[in-house]
Amino acid sequence: MNRVVSIALHTFKEAVRDKVLYNLIVFAFLMIAASILFSSISVGIQQIIVIDLGLSSISVFGVIMAIFIGIGLVSKEIERRTIYLILSKPVRRLEFIVGKYLGLVLTLVINTAIMTVGFYLAIFYQTRHLGADDLGLLAAIYFILLQLAIVVALAIFFSCISTPILSAVFTFCVYVIGHFLSEMRWLGTTLHNGVVRKVTVALYYLLPNLSDFDFITRTAHGEKISGALLVSNSLYALLYVTVLISASILIFEEREFK
Amino acid sequence: MLAIETTNLIKDYSIGFWRKRPKRVLDGLSIQVERGEVFGLLGPNGAGKSTTLKILMRLIFPTEGAARILGKELDDVSAHEHIGFLPENPYFYDNLTAEEFLNYAGSLFGIPGAERRRRSDRLLGQVGLTNARNIQLRKFSKGMVQRLGIAQALINDPDLVFLDEPMSGLDPLGRREVRDLILGLKESGKTVFFSTHILSDAEVLCDRVAILNLGRMQGCGEMKEMLGMGINSTEILLESPRPELLDELKSYCGYAVRTGERVRVEIPKESDVPAVLSKVLQSGAKIVSVNPVKMSLEDYFLAKVAKDNWKSAEKELGTEAKGGQ
Amino acid sequence: MSAASLRSARRVSPKQICWVLVVLCLAALFPLQKRIDGDIGIYAKISDVLYIPPGTHLKLLCLGNEGLVADIYWTRVVQYFGREHLEGAGGEFRLLAPLLRITTELDPQLLVAYRFGAIFVMAKQPIGAGDPQAALQLLRRGIVANPNYWQLWQDLGFVYYWELHDYKMAAKIFAVGSNQPGAHYWLKALAGTVAAKGGDFETSRFLWSEIYRNAETEAVRSTAEYHLAALEATEQMGQLNDLLEIYKQKSGHEAHSFSDLIAIRLIRGFPVDPSGVPYVIGADGYTALGQGSQIHLHLLQ
Repeated sequence: MNRVVSIALHTFKEAVRDKVLYNLIVFAFLMIAASILFSSISVGIQQIIVIDLGLSSISVFGVIMAIFIGIGLVSKEIERRTIYLILSKPVRRLEFIVGKYLGLVLTLVINTAIMTVGFYLAIFYQTRHLGADDLGLLAAIYFILLQLAIVVALAIFFSCISTPILSAVFTFCVYVIGHFLSEMRWLGTTLHNGVVRKVTVALYYLLPNLSDFDFITRTAHGEKISGALLVSNSLYALLYVTVLISASILIFEEREFK
Repeated sequence: MLAIETTNLIKDYSIGFWRKRPKRVLDGLSIQVERGEVFGLLGPNGAGKSTTLKILMRLIFPTEGAARILGKELDDVSAHEHIGFLPENPYFYDNLTAEEFLNYAGSLFGIPGAERRRRSDRLLGQVGLTNARNIQLRKFSKGMVQRLGIAQALINDPDLVFLDEPMSGLDPLGRREVRDLILGLKESGKTVFFSTHILSDAEVLCDRVAILNLGRMQGCGEMKEMLGMGINSTEILLESPRPELLDELKSYCGYAVRTGERVRVEIPKESDVPAVLSKVLQSGAKIVSVNPVKMSLEDYFLAKVAKDNWKSAEKELGTEAKGGQ
Repeated sequence: MSAASLRSARRVSPKQICWVLVVLCLAALFPLQKRIDGDIGIYAKISDVLYIPPGTHLKLLCLGNEGLVADIYWTRVVQYFGREHLEGAGGEFRLLAPLLRITTELDPQLLVAYRFGAIFVMAKQPIGAGDPQAALQLLRRGIVANPNYWQLWQDLGFVYYWELHDYKMAAKIFAVGSNQPGAHYWLKALAGTVAAKGGDFETSRFLWSEIYRNAETEAVRSTAEYHLAALEATEQMGQLNDLLEIYKQKSGHEAHSFSDLIAIRLIRGFPVDPSGVPYVIGADGYTALGQGSQIHLHLLQ
């Protein structure tokens, strides 16, 4: 257990010192600042725009970060052979995977927290007050984090089976597809082909349904997220991440490092 | 208990995209390494040295065969508590400093914080990196990286140390330091298993060696034995000998080489040496040095390896000569 | 025992656990996703779509891709109000009108949006939104943007005719429409007929048949089918009631079931409605729809 924590903390340290990360956070802050600018153009819906753009920035940059550091810290480690040093120590392969994942999640949580602070600052600047209502935004951010947790698990999974660049591409593709699964399923039902229909339904349940976590627009319009959905989505993320990490471990245990 | 014991280790790789042909890179390696000795695994590039080390490190899995490290099976992770490993051409984490890296390595053994710091300081001193402790690894030179690699291999005070080409990338001073380090390890009772293709290093350091070529072991034994396999002649270096002396020595000599004022004379028969020496002294010529000439490991090695490589090249080309040389 | 099998014998534990986790969690994802679908509601994705500011802001945000964005909205409309969801729509049509508004604001020339929209917005529940006024608004905007498209005039007149029973207005609008370029020849005749006779069975059937023939989507076609079936059923029921009257006169008492009529050769077999369900004689002595009939007579009110 301690070894897992060691690996996690080390991963966090590595990530935090990555220049790419800093650039992304700066970008995110810029976007949030820009949202204030946009909002001044559209009278009457300032708050909506700030929340919408602000949350979108956190989400988009979070995903970019998740993919970059996820690939960078696992795939690169395998490619650069630093993994020799780890595996020659009394470290189980599964401890490596789990430790890496936890470290990456920790990094994302901290980064999202930083961006959230910037976000709330933007709201405050705009509306000159922060009320209890604004706490509801945290639920939407929590959902964004759940999405990121899945994306990072995807990044690790693909890192175990292919090169850094391909892993990034695959992760990104699954991320995009994950947002259009219900459209794809509907498409399958309209095409009168039994095989296609079954395939689309199967994919709907097998691939990560990331649109489950998309509450940005609705939150911007003041819709609240129900407690039941908070629980369901958390459970979904937990289950899906478990699947990915377990699969990664299975692959990693058999992997040879030439 | 043996430090390392391998039994018929075989490793096949599948080559080819469609029709998978197995390529055997390790063909039945069986060696035994005693505790406290320095064991060298020698061979040209591609012989299977790195493969052997990686199998022992659980980085790759043997197709057949078994091995034990410190009495434990290969897949027993606890065996790694007492070993250290330095890979070939190591690469470390760019963003960490030397100190942080050693701290991380130590934490993976469960060594408590204060103890880790103590050991890091000591090891950094030992490898001469004390002044570089706070420099990020991205700025390290190859030699510094190599030295840090040795430090991390020793962080857990291991009983058995694996080194893959430990001298690579080092300048002569660095190589001397590493040599001394390995000898120091031996003195403290540790077992050292290292692979190299630099034979002179092996000659100096190893108690026993195994020579690997094309995945097969060509020879294994004590250095003394291996080197004793050659012809022992004696070489005498003379200064300004008179031509008459050289004529006299002709019957004893294997060869005589003149370099400026100095002549090197080789006496094949050991029993002739006293007679030659007295003749030289009588003639008044100056004796610069008297050296026994052993067949060097390199000679032995080249003899063995070259023959095998020729054979295998023939095989691949499909032109095996009948009763060839 | 070879190294490989030794290895697998040792490592059975964590690997087995991983396999079990993968299978169990994947299996658990199925019911969970269904549950989440229920929580969010499949129409939630459509309500996402509504949160767009009106007018100029809308076009601004499209960054020049209004046509494309309109198409996306239109796809959403068809997706959620298409045939598959028709039966299960159950009142969700409140989103239809705003969606159509947005679509036509982004692309005022997207004619199918006006035509499709009008039918659905106008038709009574549960087939449609049951909001003829909204249908009128939609079509009016369409005509403002496309004054020469005669079919929008036809649709507009149809709303007055069918839902609002304002035959004078309907006739006037049909007349204007008949003057547009490319108008079908019968539009003028239609105007005349409606002006003279008002609401008329044959006219209604003709108009719904036109809609059926020109339907661009499954959904519109099925709506037309429902209306045509209702019309046909009404006609059949009228004919059957006439026969029942004849029977009463001939036999001196009311028929209990249609077998009575068959017995005296008034009809040949048991009459079925357009949905294939046999008619029955109601308690009031008149023809009524059988149980399980798919005919929505209330559409004709």
